[in-house]
Amino acid sequence: MRRLSGPLIGGIVLLGAVVICAIMPNVLAPYDPLGFDFGALLAPPTAAHPFGTDQFGRDMLSRTISAARIDLQIALFATLFPCALGVLIGLFVGWYGGLADMIFGRLVDLVVTFPFLVLVIAIVAILGPGLVNMYIAITIVGWVAYARLMHAEVLVQKSGEYVAAARVLGYSTPRILFRHILPNAIRPVLVYLVSDMALVILLGSSLGYLGLGAQPPEAEWGVLIADGKNFFDQAPWIALCPGGVIVLAGLGFSLTGDGLAELMDVKR
Amino acid sequence: MTLLSVSGLSKRFPARRGLVDVLRHTPRQAVHAVEQVSLDVMRGETLGIVGESGCGKSTLARCLVRLHEPDGGSVSFDGTDVLALEGDARRRFNRQVQMVFQDPYGSLNPRMTVGDMLGEALSVHRVVPAAEIPARVRALLDLVHLPQDAALRYPHEFSGGQRQRIGIARALAVEPSLIIADEPVSALDVSVQASIVNLFMELQDRLGLTLVFITHDLRLVKHMTHRVAVMYLGRIVEIGPTAEIFARPQHPYTQALIRAVPLVKARRRDGEVAVMGELPSPLNPPTGCAFHPRCPRAEAACAQAVPDLSDRGAGWQVACRLA
Amino acid sequence: MSAPLLEISDLKVTFATPRGAVHAVDGVSFSVGRGEVLGIVGESGSGKSVTLRAIPRLLHANATVSGQATWQGQDLFAMDAETLRRVRGGKIAAIFQEPMSALNPVLPIGQQIDEVLVAHTTLDRAARRRRAAELLGLVGIASAGTRLDQYPHEFSGGMRQRAMIAIALSANPELLLADEPTTALDVTIQDQILKLMLRLVAELGMSMVLVTHDLGVIAETCDRVAVMYAGRLCETGTVVDVFERPLHAYTRALLQSMPGEGAARAQLIPIPGQPPRIDKPVPGCAFAPRCTLAEPRCGSERPLLRALAPAHETACHAGERLLAEAGA
Repeated sequence: MRRLSGPLIGGIVLLGAVVICAIMPNVLAPYDPLGFDFGALLAPPTAAHPFGTDQFGRDMLSRTISAARIDLQIALFATLFPCALGVLIGLFVGWYGGLADMIFGRLVDLVVTFPFLVLVIAIVAILGPGLVNMYIAITIVGWVAYARLMHAEVLVQKSGEYVAAARVLGYSTPRILFRHILPNAIRPVLVYLVSDMALVILLGSSLGYLGLGAQPPEAEWGVLIADGKNFFDQAPWIALCPGGVIVLAGLGFSLTGDGLAELMDVKR
Repeated sequence: MTLLSVSGLSKRFPARRGLVDVLRHTPRQAVHAVEQVSLDVMRGETLGIVGESGCGKSTLARCLVRLHEPDGGSVSFDGTDVLALEGDARRRFNRQVQMVFQDPYGSLNPRMTVGDMLGEALSVHRVVPAAEIPARVRALLDLVHLPQDAALRYPHEFSGGQRQRIGIARALAVEPSLIIADEPVSALDVSVQASIVNLFMELQDRLGLTLVFITHDLRLVKHMTHRVAVMYLGRIVEIGPTAEIFARPQHPYTQALIRAVPLVKARRRDGEVAVMGELPSPLNPPTGCAFHPRCPRAEAACAQAVPDLSDRGAGWQVACRLA
Repeated sequence: MSAPLLEISDLKVTFATPRGAVHAVDGVSFSVGRGEVLGIVGESGSGKSVTLRAIPRLLHANATVSGQATWQGQDLFAMDAETLRRVRGGKIAAIFQEPMSALNPVLPIGQQIDEVLVAHTTLDRAARRRRAAELLGLVGIASAGTRLDQYPHEFSGGMRQRAMIAIALSANPELLLADEPTTALDVTIQDQILKLMLRLVAELGMSMVLVTHDLGVIAETCDRVAVMYAGRLCETGTVVDVFERPLHAYTRALLQSMPGEGAARAQLIPIPGQPPRIDKPVPGCAFAPRCTLAEPRCGSERPLLRALAPAHETACHAGERLLAEAGA
């Protein structure tokens, strides 16, 4: 096992913090996130309230910790679904080529023409706001990146002699695709997956801020920022603290993704 | 007794066309990788197929196992038409005819252990009941002289020569009667080549295997084959008993090829080159006999028609008007 | 016997890698005389290519080179940049295995020859063009005038190798270093290129160092040969002496493992085991673990290169035994 690099360890630590917050918010949060405290409205960060309080006296730290669960869910669902769909399509198209490849190419061109965020917002606007619709929208737009990576890798692996050997041994196409090609082609996809989680948190938070993702009273970091925007002059910490946490979480995923890439030596 | 019979086999690869060519309506060019190849492989023999780049030997090998689908001709194995097989019948054919590849690094799945690889072949073809697979894997490793703990290891933990042994074991797992070896030792060091060549010969004697051995190395062919076919630009130019062909080669290209091989026994040999000129582009082959531009004995008629393989007796055929 | 053109003495090359130091070349010495063709033969990992590249100082920065390389009396490793530049290409030229990567794909061949002429001669443009055409003719490329303006991808493999030789010869070097120049070529083309190189050596009075793994090539082109194994020199001598009466266990084993020695379809005699890893320096003889003639001291005492016959040196403890066998 190669020595884990500094950045990778840093990334894992940050991620670990997020995961722990997501798993045991009640244990970690010093206050009830929904508990009003009319004695400390819009209080700046102090020892008693490290992230300050909002206009209802709710402790921002507790709110941020309890929102971690939703954001982690977003990080997982908004990546795994597009990944699964993209991998299957990339595998299929890469292997069969021909007409499928041409259709795939045009489809990719079509989706890629639009800015990612704009397309997601458009779809959510059609389907209606909410987390589930957000996942659907992200999946519809996001599979393309995974499919392209997979497709490229499959083309490389397809010409390998071990695939020729599998064909000469009379193995069925599904066996060759899933047992032989997929494990060898998936590496770049996995690396991209972890980095994508960072991007998707930002995306989910942006949508939450716009009111198109998680809906109140579901706490989500973007929603928390939206809540704080009206009080930004008096109490900037309401928006800034969850914002800072988003950055740290994103950083955690990024560092882990880069560290994993190095560890797995994707660069051949 | 003929095990494999090939007749008039052809395989063409269309060359890619640019937009300009499409607009100009230039005729579609094709590389005639294999052109009208006919040969028989006898049960129990080692047939060598030799030639230089572009001669089509690898393409021919892949056509025999249907990695490429031939464009013309027929392949018949033990009386059955190979090119028409589908489904289960095709899988049964795969059990009978197997292939060993050139690249020891690319021909094994890097993510499977040796035991998994061999086990997969055994289980997909139901060679033995599932319970007996581990024992059979051990037996296969023994057969190729690999240690028993190899089953738990991954390909990258082995040397080039050992990886070729693994590839051979995988081919043997399904109990084939014919193995086609496509340059199996070209990527190995000389001292390691010897051990793999020995293994092939030993397996042939022990298991009664028939072997088609494709290589560019004439020294190997001379040592280990019973019969040899010489290919040039997609066609067979000479085919016959190895000892005879090396002693008295008939086709001018065969003569040149043999003269060109540097031998350890020879000494600082200056003087005439074995043959002048370059290998022609497969996209633009010469008319008539493909070798005539470089042939020291070529006559005008050689450019007119492609010579057929003509019999010289004792299974010896030469495709040359003048030989 | 005139003084040798090139003299290599106790050459050592170590690469610094993340996994530790790799001793690619471990104490190699040989010399090349005027008009002589020296072959360096070995299998993969023997260090033969690294040895060749060390001579004109072509190795990467992470290589530590020690020892002495003397060119016509001058120390190659101590030369200043300008003198080295004039020697490289001008006096010592090199050709490599893969012509497609050694030739610049975006420059026409004529221009690549021209660059060498500009760097090492004082000819004017017209004279350089004439010389370039002359060189292409010298290496057997027809229609030199048209060819000069073509790009490497328009040449076939054999022609590219000829073009590379033409570029190497542009400035009339006295020594040609060739690293597996024909390994990637078909056998009939290899035959043409080797005969061409020998003809040029004779006509131009050049010397040549030819690195290859093919013993047949060495036999048919070289006067003398140096056999390398795991970064060390095993044996040096004339081709006749070394191939007919090898005095090193490895040379003998290598010769015996080649087909064509015994009866057809007889079992060949391979060399068991694998070459050692060069990241761990080996105490005794590097070949000992695989050697059928090994004595107890072979594992601990590294054999030194010594002459057992005139101009025939070996670094093998069993050298005397082999000499006796050969004499018998």
